[in-house]
Amino acid sequence: MKYLDEYRDPEAARRLLDEIEAITTGSWRIMEVCGGQTHSIIRNGIDRVLPGRIELVHGPGCPVCVTPLGVIDMALDIAARPEVTFCSFGDMLRVPGSELDLFGVRSQGGDVRVVYSPLDAVELARANPDRQVVFFAIGFETTAPANAMAVHEAARLGLTNFSVLVSHVLVPPAIEAIAGADTTTVDGFLAAGHVCAVMGTRQYEPLVERYGVPIVVTGFEPLDVLDGIRRVVGQLERGEAKVENAYARVVGVDGNPAAQQMLAEVFEPCDRRWRGIGTIPASGWRLADRFRSFDAEARFDVGARDRPESGRCRSGEVLLGVIRPDECPAFGTECTPLTPLGATMVSSEGACAAYHQYRPAMPTP
Amino acid sequence: MCLAVPGQVVAIDTSTPTPMGVVDFDGIRKEVCLAYLPDVRIGDYALVHVGFAIAKVDEESAHRSLALWADIDALEQDEGSR
Amino acid sequence: MTEIVAPEGWTCPAPLRHHDRVVLGHGGGGRLSADLIEHLLLPAYGSAAAADLPDAAVVHAATDRLAFSTDAYVVRPLYFPGGSIADLAVNGTINDLAMRGARPSALSVSLILEEGLPLATLARVADDLGRAARAAGVDVVTGDTKVVGKGQADEVFIITTGVGEIPDGVDIGPLRATPGDLVVVSGPIGAHGVAVLSEREGLTFGTDLVSDTAPLHEMVAAMLAVAGDDLHVLRDPTRGGLAASLCEIAATARVGVEIDERAVPVPDQVAAACSMLGLDPMHVANEGRLVAMVAPARAQAVVDAMRSLADGADACVIGQVTDDPRARVVVRTPLGVARIVDRPMGEQLPRIC
Repeated sequence: MKYLDEYRDPEAARRLLDEIEAITTGSWRIMEVCGGQTHSIIRNGIDRVLPGRIELVHGPGCPVCVTPLGVIDMALDIAARPEVTFCSFGDMLRVPGSELDLFGVRSQGGDVRVVYSPLDAVELARANPDRQVVFFAIGFETTAPANAMAVHEAARLGLTNFSVLVSHVLVPPAIEAIAGADTTTVDGFLAAGHVCAVMGTRQYEPLVERYGVPIVVTGFEPLDVLDGIRRVVGQLERGEAKVENAYARVVGVDGNPAAQQMLAEVFEPCDRRWRGIGTIPASGWRLADRFRSFDAEARFDVGARDRPESGRCRSGEVLLGVIRPDECPAFGTECTPLTPLGATMVSSEGACAAYHQYRPAMPTP
Repeated sequence: MCLAVPGQVVAIDTSTPTPMGVVDFDGIRKEVCLAYLPDVRIGDYALVHVGFAIAKVDEESAHRSLALWADIDALEQDEGSR
Repeated sequence: MTEIVAPEGWTCPAPLRHHDRVVLGHGGGGRLSADLIEHLLLPAYGSAAAADLPDAAVVHAATDRLAFSTDAYVVRPLYFPGGSIADLAVNGTINDLAMRGARPSALSVSLILEEGLPLATLARVADDLGRAARAAGVDVVTGDTKVVGKGQADEVFIITTGVGEIPDGVDIGPLRATPGDLVVVSGPIGAHGVAVLSEREGLTFGTDLVSDTAPLHEMVAAMLAVAGDDLHVLRDPTRGGLAASLCEIAATARVGVEIDERAVPVPDQVAAACSMLGLDPMHVANEGRLVAMVAPARAQAVVDAMRSLADGADACVIGQVTDDPRARVVVRTPLGVARIVDRPMGEQLPRIC
């Protein structure tokens, strides 16, 4: 595929690795904040071919993983209602709530549908006026414009049977929470390339100034990830802390103005709970007043619940990069994709799931 | 987050209130919302996420990166110039 | 008398009484059932052997080991690019027999029909069943038809059972996987799964991909002819894809398997669709492909034999069987690192992350 395959070339990867090897003198911990990047790193074995002095730490870049248990239970509650057609991205289907998951609700008679695009849910609502269609609007800034358009479309069509359950989270506050934590051990960040395609790179300037950490906007293919790492290491070796763009073919300083305009219209900032981490101020989006009538939480009168998590699940520490998945005692034993304790094992972008699925074959090098 | 894939815009339909189009991924053709790329033209490459085009792919920039990585000397020079 | 709607392409020697849709009586064993069998199913199946579909058919066996396989087919949609539930039902069971090295000799077809199913649809499916069976050279010799109430089945479910003869001396099965064997695949993977996905509600996308559904028994016969006892294992990677098949074989035989990611042939459109949806081509179903494990000395001869057939034109070696007591299936990535391949979790779901 054009603009994909070229970024997988093993020879170029070798050159980038050699260059990284050549410039690395210190020991560095680098965090990527995007589940897609985690996936790529583990799938391609990048963490295993880097020089040993470079440790890759996986951050809370998986929107599925950070959706609080209480929100998932709300989704399950709504999905079980007989008048509801509940639409979701595939990622959410297997995430366990306190008791069931969406698959389980479906097997009990709930009308649960997987959609590829939020507009498919709007179309379902338009075509089935006797059903209440609810769309599970999760994601980072990359997905928010699509979800915003769905609400905008529903409003334009005058649909009274469409609503969204919103659980949007933002990247910069998450990086800030990690960089600013007293216990932080992260030296540099790979910023999420597709989030930045939408939002631009300006938001990271205050962060590099305040915390003195390099932040490099990075793509997803092996060469993109290696180049991002090369640039972070280069800055660290030179004692710099700047925002750098290693994904310029789709990311610009300003991002996507049309998307940002829609986001400003449909959403407004709010505090958000991140599963396993806690509440990060102004780290999420909710529907703006004008579109509040499309809020499923209000329409179905499901209050936010505070759900206790499994005591044995340490996904919070994994999400903050404090421990690696394979350092959790439950990893691969009590906690597997089939019997997950927390969302990081269920979502295919979760660090625990990525580790489990692509875990290196030992001892074959 | 953010499984987004580059494809080529092969059709644009401005007759609908929300601009839609068709993007071709190596032969797979998907209807995509083009509202967020108002200046997009047929033949452009766009990054598509959940049925929405969210960014154009800048060909020149793409070539520059590949050229940089194609050559170890270029890489070293790039490092040295920082 | 109600006008009988003649379905396109279906010639009816005598009209079925009164109905253009399946009714409960069609499964009742009485006149309506007999009518359906005689005037719709039998002509469609076109079995040379059967003037009727007896409750039990007598099959003569030329060898003293028979392969015996059954499968249920519930695919949705019924018709997809490149095939239908009928093709899968015939080819799928023939292939299960072929994967033991057997020559398929006979099929049975059981139908579970939903009340209200248009007879035109049933006629089309039955016709396609017959066509697929004739193309494969295997007769439908017996069957059963049941009808359940509206809403209790999804249009039509098909269960096929097949019987085949295993030639003397042929012993093909997962336990024969031996470290050093080369792993061969008969062609590019993932076309069937992606073709079906492209028609699924909520995911529709345009593609030239068609299902790869095909009977593989002729290919197996050609492989046996050149390899004989050196052909150790055969598997058709259906649900769960290549990954599931390799994992099952490895677990049964307690061997490891190492695959070179770049050697696995994946059509561009399969790769593109999988990229778009976040799927792994190795987890996507195939319906007309096989994977084989062959003693290394014969692997090239086997590949050449496969390539001489239309369905095997792109056959190639993709890896080898290793001595690994932990029975891991690993893929060597382009970066040279090995990572483990697992069976997929369950249903293949598109993802955003």
